[in-house]
Amino acid sequence: MSRKTYATLDGNEAVARVAYALNEVVVVYPITPASPMGEWADSWASEGRTNLWGAIPSVVEMQSEGGAAGALHGALQTGSLTTTFTASQGLLLMLPNLYKIAGELTSAVIHVAARSLAAQGLSIFGDHGDVMATRSTGFALLCSASVQEAHDFALIAQAATLQTRLPILHFFDGFRTSHEVQKIELLDETDLQALIQDQWILEHRQRGLSPDRPVLRGTAQNPDVYFQARESVNRFYQDFPDRLQQIMNQLGERTGRFYQLFEYHGAEDADRVIVLMGSGCETVHETVDALNRAGEKVGILKVRLYRPWDAQRFVAALPKSVQAIAVLDRTKEPGSTGEPLYLDILSTLQEQWPDASSRPNVLGGRYGLSSKEFTPAMVQGIFQNLANAQPKNHFTIGIHDDVTHLSLPYDPHFSTESDAVVRAVFYGLGSDGTVGANKNSIKIIGEETENYAQGYFVYDSKKSGSITVSHLRFGSQPIRSTYLIDRANFVGCHQWHFLESLEVLDLAEMGATFLLNSPYDADQLWDQLPLKVQEQIHRKQIQVYVIDAHRVARENGMGNRINTVMQTCFFALAAVLPREEAIDKIKQSIIKTYSKKGSEIVQMNLKTVDQTLENLFAVPIPQQFTGKAIAPLIPPTAPAFVREVLGKMMIRQGNELPVSALPVDGTYPTGTAQWEKRNIAQEIPVWEPDICIQCGKCIMVCPHSVIRGKVYEPTALATAPSSFKSTSARDHDFAGQQFTIQVAAEDCTGCGICVDICPAKNKSMPSQKAINMAPQAPLREQERENWTFFLSLPLPDRHALKLNLVRQQQLQEPLFEFSGACAGCGETPYLKLISQLFGDRLLIANATGCSSIYGGNLPTTPWSKNAEGRGPAWSNSLFEDNAEFGLGFRLSLDQQAQFASDLLRSLSFHLGDTFVTEILNANQHSEADIWEQRDRITHLKSTLDHLLHTLSDDSLKSKIQTLHSLADALVKKSVWIVGGDGWAYDIGFGGLDHVLASGRNVNILVLDTEVYSNTGGQASKSTPRGAVAKFAAAGKPTPKKDLGLMAMTYGNVYIASVAMGAKDEHTLRSFLEAEAYDGPSLILAYSHCIAHGINMQTAMHHQKAIVESGRWLLYRYNPTLKAAGKNPLHLDSAAPKPPVSHSMYEENRFKMLTKSNSAAAKRLLQQAQEDVEMRWKMYEYLAAH
Amino acid sequence: MNLTTTYLNLNLRSPLIPSACALLSEDLDNIRRLEDAGAGAIVLHSLFEEQLIQERYELHHHLTYGTESFAESLTYFPEPDTFHIGPELYLEHIRQAKESVDIPIIASLNGYTSGGWVEYAWLMQQAGADAIELNVYTIPTDMHLSGTEVEQNYLEILQDVKAEVTIPIAIKLSPFFSNMANMAKQLDEAGADALVLFNRFYQPDIDLENLSVYPHLILSTPHAMRLPMRWIAILSGRIHSDLAATSGVQTGQDVLKLMMVGAKATQVCSALLRHGISHLRVIEQEMVSWMEAHEYESIQQMQGSLSQIHCADPSAFERAQYMKAIQSYKADWAINASAQADAIAYH
Repeated sequence: MSRKTYATLDGNEAVARVAYALNEVVVVYPITPASPMGEWADSWASEGRTNLWGAIPSVVEMQSEGGAAGALHGALQTGSLTTTFTASQGLLLMLPNLYKIAGELTSAVIHVAARSLAAQGLSIFGDHGDVMATRSTGFALLCSASVQEAHDFALIAQAATLQTRLPILHFFDGFRTSHEVQKIELLDETDLQALIQDQWILEHRQRGLSPDRPVLRGTAQNPDVYFQARESVNRFYQDFPDRLQQIMNQLGERTGRFYQLFEYHGAEDADRVIVLMGSGCETVHETVDALNRAGEKVGILKVRLYRPWDAQRFVAALPKSVQAIAVLDRTKEPGSTGEPLYLDILSTLQEQWPDASSRPNVLGGRYGLSSKEFTPAMVQGIFQNLANAQPKNHFTIGIHDDVTHLSLPYDPHFSTESDAVVRAVFYGLGSDGTVGANKNSIKIIGEETENYAQGYFVYDSKKSGSITVSHLRFGSQPIRSTYLIDRANFVGCHQWHFLESLEVLDLAEMGATFLLNSPYDADQLWDQLPLKVQEQIHRKQIQVYVIDAHRVARENGMGNRINTVMQTCFFALAAVLPREEAIDKIKQSIIKTYSKKGSEIVQMNLKTVDQTLENLFAVPIPQQFTGKAIAPLIPPTAPAFVREVLGKMMIRQGNELPVSALPVDGTYPTGTAQWEKRNIAQEIPVWEPDICIQCGKCIMVCPHSVIRGKVYEPTALATAPSSFKSTSARDHDFAGQQFTIQVAAEDCTGCGICVDICPAKNKSMPSQKAINMAPQAPLREQERENWTFFLSLPLPDRHALKLNLVRQQQLQEPLFEFSGACAGCGETPYLKLISQLFGDRLLIANATGCSSIYGGNLPTTPWSKNAEGRGPAWSNSLFEDNAEFGLGFRLSLDQQAQFASDLLRSLSFHLGDTFVTEILNANQHSEADIWEQRDRITHLKSTLDHLLHTLSDDSLKSKIQTLHSLADALVKKSVWIVGGDGWAYDIGFGGLDHVLASGRNVNILVLDTEVYSNTGGQASKSTPRGAVAKFAAAGKPTPKKDLGLMAMTYGNVYIASVAMGAKDEHTLRSFLEAEAYDGPSLILAYSHCIAHGINMQTAMHHQKAIVESGRWLLYRYNPTLKAAGKNPLHLDSAAPKPPVSHSMYEENRFKMLTKSNSAAAKRLLQQAQEDVEMRWKMYEYLAAH
Repeated sequence: MNLTTTYLNLNLRSPLIPSACALLSEDLDNIRRLEDAGAGAIVLHSLFEEQLIQERYELHHHLTYGTESFAESLTYFPEPDTFHIGPELYLEHIRQAKESVDIPIIASLNGYTSGGWVEYAWLMQQAGADAIELNVYTIPTDMHLSGTEVEQNYLEILQDVKAEVTIPIAIKLSPFFSNMANMAKQLDEAGADALVLFNRFYQPDIDLENLSVYPHLILSTPHAMRLPMRWIAILSGRIHSDLAATSGVQTGQDVLKLMMVGAKATQVCSALLRHGISHLRVIEQEMVSWMEAHEYESIQQMQGSLSQIHCADPSAFERAQYMKAIQSYKADWAINASAQADAIAYH
């Protein structure tokens, strides 16, 4: 048996370590939650780490999972050991190749972090919906239930596929296993060598295609032989389970970890058994032990090998005493007779159970979809159901189904948590470093002590001001609790304001320790606590400790990152280790973690540790309750659906919503972000009317639409609050009117980008601009009142605004507001702009990515509507199909308009020729034209209503009704196809190209961040040369793809390349021209991004530097100019002046390469400069000829 | 013509030394070109410890900013096992420069912490630098800081480095001391192998359009040479440390003047930035032509010949020189406004 080495890592890393060591080619494409496996592989390859055979695997990013599957297939067919990692939609895109790979009996393992499929809504979280879609591919399906198993099974799968020739899909639960941090025993190189026989690899190579021994594979087969050939593989499937079990046994002999294909655990004479696979096994295992200790006779049968299904082994594994079985599927197949595992087991028992009369009763149930919690209490509920005289079949557990009443009841208070386990829950902000600190604590305890450790982290659906909840367990025994802590003996609240918005002590058990980061001293604290918190502290006899972590962090140069402070407090209070030892280990860990970033960072953290303990105090608990009640988060003025459904999600009580509360088809109202007052900004912009030049730039760049401007008659100020600011409008077109810029203080993220862009300075004190940041808290109440008043002011007459002037155009009402995008996001200002310009007639097809997440991640959406109830209609189909999806909008709308026109003509006798002609010939070029057409359609509809009541001819009435339903299609609609560069340049490029070629009137907006932003910064074909990104850890060696130039080859596509921060009026003009162009338009919009490693506050100015260096060109290609005999290409930026290094090295993505590989950085910088110069010359030529 | 000189115990083929400037010495090809153009030695661009520290903070900030906040993007950058975040690149540059040319390579160090000065100087020596120029580049703005404390800071840096490093050490000075001569004497006694006079601080400018202050690099002009020339003249022969001039050296004649007042070497930068590296050869040619015309045999023959000690009128380098200059100069406006000129003269 090999010597044991422990490590604390998550499931993705545990798998990637083995997969990397055992493969030669790794093809990757980012998708949550599998992306980190590919990222590890790329990172290791860039560092030169070798696989088991001393070679550095070739790690290649593809343009989609479909592409990855193709490359996987090809690399396998030519004899290389090849793997890939994926999940969910990615796995679906691989399906065609999976059939091929299996049909050709090709040895391969793909690792899947199992994730929900997009149906009524997308979900990044875990269930087996994706894996179940591969059941018929011929891949073996091997499931691991924990981080340890995922690590071991990665090896077992590789050995088994090479020996048996069956490809294997190794899967584990997305997030619950892929992202759970656990202490595991590592496999070492000798384990890998022992299980992988060289002979198998030689045979795999020998089967590879080679012109030295040519064969033909991939034939087209006819009815005469296809069937027989399909049956020819049966033996391989029949033999597989035995071979796999042998390999599992071999691993067991080496490591002591013995696995069975079907593994039973529980009472030998159990009467009830739960069958399932995946991480839920651990929870059932733990619950079975607890129930059996309490005298019950229950068991669990864990399914490791799902395909090929070994019916005999399954039956053999079941105790013969079993009377009732609950088969749990973590998937849903609507309309089926049951979910897949349930059906398999039904047929298995039918076929294999020795005695029909004693055959156990089998019930099927669904659980845990989209990482829904699956707890011991639910397990107990299922066992209880099995014990009932009339148990419920086809049940669900963990939700309340008040529609079809399928859900089982359970006692939520039932718990199997052990007192011997430290259970700690921490509430933090993403930006304060809480999760990082907790991951570090797990590493310390897991790797430096005998204890076992587990960490699981719950993140926010917002990207700015996001809240994190960390669940940590430590104990002397292995931890199987694959569910969130629901009774914590330690609670850390890392942000004071959470006390008002979160129920931080709900999870605290009796006598728990509560660590609070507070601006108040120990002796002042009590009176500041909300009443509910005071009551919980009393009732649960909670011991309270307080530290002003922000002060300690600030004083030691840590800024907002209080991670080290709070981690030190935890170790000091939780008594996992003796205090001195714990502090010493934190310090060692700091040195280990931060040394590569420099001694200053190390010293800063070490100093913080020392000062923390001096500032940690126990809080005396008085007997009196002095706290105030907390006002409800959602105001009573909100619509009922917002209050009762979305509001529950907002306060993290979405789990309590019953089935009936949710829309059946995934349709949700817009205009809901306004109700989610998050108050996340520490500072907000404050307007200085006397300095302001009313240019509108701050309004335009605000990523969150929290800065608004209005002009209005002075009389409107009669009821203004006393602090409401107003000044005379400067624009001559608004002579005699007042002007105000108002900030939505409670919606602002405090990014400060408005202040940076403001060009107006105080002449006596130039450090002060027309807009300056000031602390939010003291202004909150006042500005809430001002905002309400501001909203009540009339909106400007849209028809009268000169839309080519930013200062006037920005007075248009945005119908995209308060998104949860990153503070300072570079994408959202463009979306806000289209919502202002075309919002009342806008349909958006949105590719999956950042924009679909901040645009459509529940609970709320920033897409809004105007006072008339009109606004953008928004939908997200998939990642890869967005251009086609949007084209579908256009086809449909055009078809409806055509049909309506036909009907209109046919009814002209009843409607009047003149009126019909007016409608049909309406010029809808301008906003005013469209309004006139809307009036005509309103009149048309009322006329149609009248005709319906007066005419008696049924066929005519039918026609009228049809026209009535289609009449709105006669008003011009604006279709915008929106997505990021990952979509446009990579996965969706084929579709985008086709849509451009279609000639149809759609507008495509590419929010070009030059990286896959949403999944954490993987390189796309838009990523510029020299940039470090995931999957380009050594700097991207190739230049950015020129999508605009490619589109120009069609000649009939309007193309604009814009950068709002560089030239805002150019952006505005381009959007207007794109909309006006009657054909396909493509706007490439430079969007700065957090993944660039830039100062987000000055990011708009940085765009200017980028354009000046020529890294991004401003241009418009307008085919209508060609018709007028002019050159359609117009360059709108000047020749590159400063070298690209000036702007590149302001971005970490370029600069960090100088720190990791200076020679490559130098070479790539030079090439990047050449790229820019050559591209400029080419464009200059094209614009001149 | 014998242009050789001895500076920092190094035998140089010429007193012409390109001064610390990234544009001149960051690129190895430029270093080779400088040697080809006749440089006696090269002072590499400065290693700024403060900048390294700042970059480390920035790297840490950007690698952590926005992380662990959103489930799909827990990080935004791949993190290699190691970063070269210290002086590694600079040290490698010293090694490569040494391999590339035969002339001495003088490293330039701008420290930030007391430990940094010593550590980095030691590393520079290990990397093969022939000497080190300490670039003490600070502008004291603290009104509570006395002149003595400022001077002490210079001395401590020098002493600390000298205690750990065996190669020659030059210290580049600011002219802003109450008594430059005394400061030079103290540094000499503290072991400075050379004083480089003077550090030319870049003075910020005002952007009127944006109402902002911004750093603005202006290349030096010939008149800037007067200040180092005076102080080299005064100090020459009075201290043991070598003296090198920097600021305003544009022509061969400028170099010769500085040699005559006692400089062992002259550093050149602005002229090369204006006219290109090959201009170094032009300067050398101007020196040779003048020397040949005036029958000089070597640079060493003239070094110190017009220092305050040796010149015919030592007082010329003192305050009277100023009075004389004013009196001998009549600007056009002053001819019609002699009262104003008087006011200036007496002010």
